[in-house]
Amino acid sequence: MKIGIVCPYSWDVPGGVQFHIRDLAEHLIRLGHEVSVLAPADDETPLPPYVVSAGRAVPVPYNGSVARLNFGFLSAARVRRWLHDGVFDVIHIHEPASPSLGLLSCWAAQGPIVATFHTSNPRSRAMIAAYPILQPALEKISARIAVSEYARRTLVEHLGGDAVVIPNGVDVDFFAKAEANPDWSGQTLGFIGRIDEPRKGLPVLMAAFPKIVEACPDVRLLVAGRGDEEEAVASLPAELRARVEFLGMVSDEDKARLLRSVDVYVAPNTGGESFGIILVEALSAGAAVLASDLDAFAQVLDQGAAGELFANEDADALAAGAVALLRDPERRAELSARGSAHVRRFDWSTVGADILAVYETVTDGAAAVATDERVRLRTRLGLTRDPS
Amino acid sequence: MSRAVIETLVWTALALGVIGVYLSWTAGRLDRLHSRMDAARAALDAQLVRRASVVLEVATSGVLDPASSIVLYEAAHGARQAEEEQREVAESELSQALRAVFADAAQVDLLKAAPGGEAAAEELAAAVRRVPMARRFHNDAVRAARALRRHRKVRWFRLAGHAPFPLAFEMDDEPPADLADRP
Repeated sequence: MKIGIVCPYSWDVPGGVQFHIRDLAEHLIRLGHEVSVLAPADDETPLPPYVVSAGRAVPVPYNGSVARLNFGFLSAARVRRWLHDGVFDVIHIHEPASPSLGLLSCWAAQGPIVATFHTSNPRSRAMIAAYPILQPALEKISARIAVSEYARRTLVEHLGGDAVVIPNGVDVDFFAKAEANPDWSGQTLGFIGRIDEPRKGLPVLMAAFPKIVEACPDVRLLVAGRGDEEEAVASLPAELRARVEFLGMVSDEDKARLLRSVDVYVAPNTGGESFGIILVEALSAGAAVLASDLDAFAQVLDQGAAGELFANEDADALAAGAVALLRDPERRAELSARGSAHVRRFDWSTVGADILAVYETVTDGAAAVATDERVRLRTRLGLTRDPS
Repeated sequence: MSRAVIETLVWTALALGVIGVYLSWTAGRLDRLHSRMDAARAALDAQLVRRASVVLEVATSGVLDPASSIVLYEAAHGARQAEEEQREVAESELSQALRAVFADAAQVDLLKAAPGGEAAAEELAAAVRRVPMARRFHNDAVRAARALRRHRKVRWFRLAGHAPFPLAFEMDDEPPADLADRP
């Protein structure tokens, strides 16, 4: 099958959606499909052979943070050329509602279009205002995919209609087979995520940390992620700061080893998560997981069966949960075993098969994707205008 | 003719032109929605027929006990022969028959253990998983088309022509848990 995938965010900036698209493309290529990914990227960035650059993305304040988006004449022309050259059986657009390549492709294409909605933002003003503009583009999508039941609910609420739920994929064996690092084990808590992004929840963990140390004096906290380290530990008493180790940005291999080594992986995120891929990765590595009870997290953790949940933003509850887990190796082993079995449904072999099933359902008997020609409109325009 | 009259005429012509372009664009949108709906309906049909054929194959293979085989055969046969108006009911009955027969995980294992059963079970699992998928896509297309067709501009200018008002396909498509569920 010839598959075109549209990535809305800059290929050179690491992010959940980009990684998902990279893994999906590589999985499909391994299965023998022809895949081309259209993504914003600087012209100098080295790209994998399957990625086509749609030009440089422009940083624009959007949705509460600065997003790098593609729009304008030039990008639209590149989208059209990519569609024209590709002759795809199906195109798969990610985040079609974001004002970037996704929306442009929706405008420019006709034929079997599959779209994945990643975010689950609460209904925003901009969304309501943009609805009449979005609708004609979004109604071309033949199949919608939501990454979680939670994302599906928000999608249905915002745009109506329905979607199938297919979770994000993870290469489970990559994490399950990583080698543990002895330096990182033995009464350790792990945290991975942007340090300076409050929604990732490090401040909640920092508020709980003194209580955890009080109960388990040997405990250490390993933090991997970008951000200002001084600022992150500023709220801690000076004598506890040495117990927090910062690993900075880690490679995929080191991330897997870290997750494999820690006793408890803590995900104190306070919101803005529509899936929680990091939890799936932690479960794959066999770590015992302690996470805030966000809708998306509860779903990944099978409502608490595959990992412990605590009340969101409640530092005391986090501390109690962490202490209980650190003191109880049997419970950790039990969670680890259950997590490893549960996480198989997120493996690329399963997720990839489901996504391919969607492609096959929409391409059954349909013509290939083509650019949406406006010529017919122009000829009709000639007929409708008064002969004056 | 006075200047004022000419000016009015020009403006009227321009306004009519703009309205015409807008209506033509809306008609194009509607046309595209109808063809998307037709494609989704064809895909749903294909999945339903595929499910019925796999069930027939399993029912006539002699792997399952005679009672289960007859129940499945009856339901699958009924689904394939159903008239358009009875289709939703017949397909729902097939879903119910499948759930009844494969309510027990042991029954699924029995099917898998037979020679060639592994492949048949996989095909059946794929079929029961894809029916709800195709139905969701179809009903999503129907909803989008209905939303546009109910709009004033479409009703007043009869942009939908003689195309029948789109109807959702309502059926019970819950798959048997032990067959379709992921490990």
